[in-house]
Amino acid sequence: MPDTQRPQATLGAILRVFTTLGMASFGGGLPGWMHREIVQKRDWMSEESFLAGIALGQVLPGPNSVNLALYIGQQLRGWPGAALAFLGILGPPFLFILGLALLYVWGGNLAGLGVVLGGVAVAGLANSLTVGLRTAWRMRGLWPWAIAGATFIAVGLLRLPMIPVVLVLGPASVGLAWWSARHA
Amino acid sequence: MPDRLLALFLVFAPLSLVSLGGGPSIFAEMQRQAVEVHHWMTPQEFTELFAISRAAPGPGSLISALVGWQAAGFAGALAAALGLYGPSSLMMLAVGHWWRRRGDSPARKVIERGLAPLAVGLIFAGVLTLLRADGAGWLEVATLLASAAALLRGASPYLVMLVVALLYAGLQQAGAIGSGG
Repeated sequence: MPDTQRPQATLGAILRVFTTLGMASFGGGLPGWMHREIVQKRDWMSEESFLAGIALGQVLPGPNSVNLALYIGQQLRGWPGAALAFLGILGPPFLFILGLALLYVWGGNLAGLGVVLGGVAVAGLANSLTVGLRTAWRMRGLWPWAIAGATFIAVGLLRLPMIPVVLVLGPASVGLAWWSARHA
Repeated sequence: MPDRLLALFLVFAPLSLVSLGGGPSIFAEMQRQAVEVHHWMTPQEFTELFAISRAAPGPGSLISALVGWQAAGFAGALAAALGLYGPSSLMMLAVGHWWRRRGDSPARKVIERGLAPLAVGLIFAGVLTLLRADGAGWLEVATLLASAAALLRGASPYLVMLVVALLYAGLQQAGAIGSGG
């Protein structure tokens, strides 16, 4: 347990939080929601540990949000924590989406719903943007900004494949962190 | 039927390990397998499933469950989801296990501090990519910025989502935005 002085996350609480998170998220804003619930509201995990989870979850195969949920559950409470976070984040949406498919088969019209939920998805995306802005705000020194900027330009603007970018910038960034810690 | 469940699992398990960042990277191959290789559905049906998955909460990759459901009912949905989430999750857990055992070591601290700016860059890149994927126009960009501004001022995300939902529903009723699809 890396953070002994933080509030303990019980297994029940992990299941509850991730069940809510799974149903609350539309269209890709999940890491933002998780940051709010896990770091800001409950202080279960440090900012750095959370961001490391984001980076690991993106680099490893699999959906980012599921990977991040697994990571958080596991760091908090080991295997049972990871299992409950996984069930919480995927279980309810899994049942919901099948229910929606049934409705569709029975003749429901989902076109109008799509427009509204598309808007909601953009609002969810704002959650991610906010996390990015808040974290960027707290970065001190030149090198974190250089690394963050280079990553954004390479992956976001130039659309280079993420893995090679991370393989180059990751070690460089860790090296810079090590160097700046020694010269602090 | 067991054959089909196994086939579903075997289609999605390899996709699991090449799905970087989740759904969008594997949609094309998913469609090829479901439509052209296995004939579980027509291209139109796949497009409909895609629209349904966009309208549901949770990760977009849950379209795998819909493909499985279309091919083999509820058991098919489970088999497909198990295939898509199983292998990548085990890999994430293996790395996470190793990570957790490092505890509070200085090495882990340095790695975390090095990964943080990378994560920040990836967050912004992800926002941009998703906006592009949705073919966002000025309305979406305005929604994004206004929502972010509200959130930064401490507004509840649930409230923000409710307001946006009502706004879009109103705009659609007024015929200002299309019925999507």
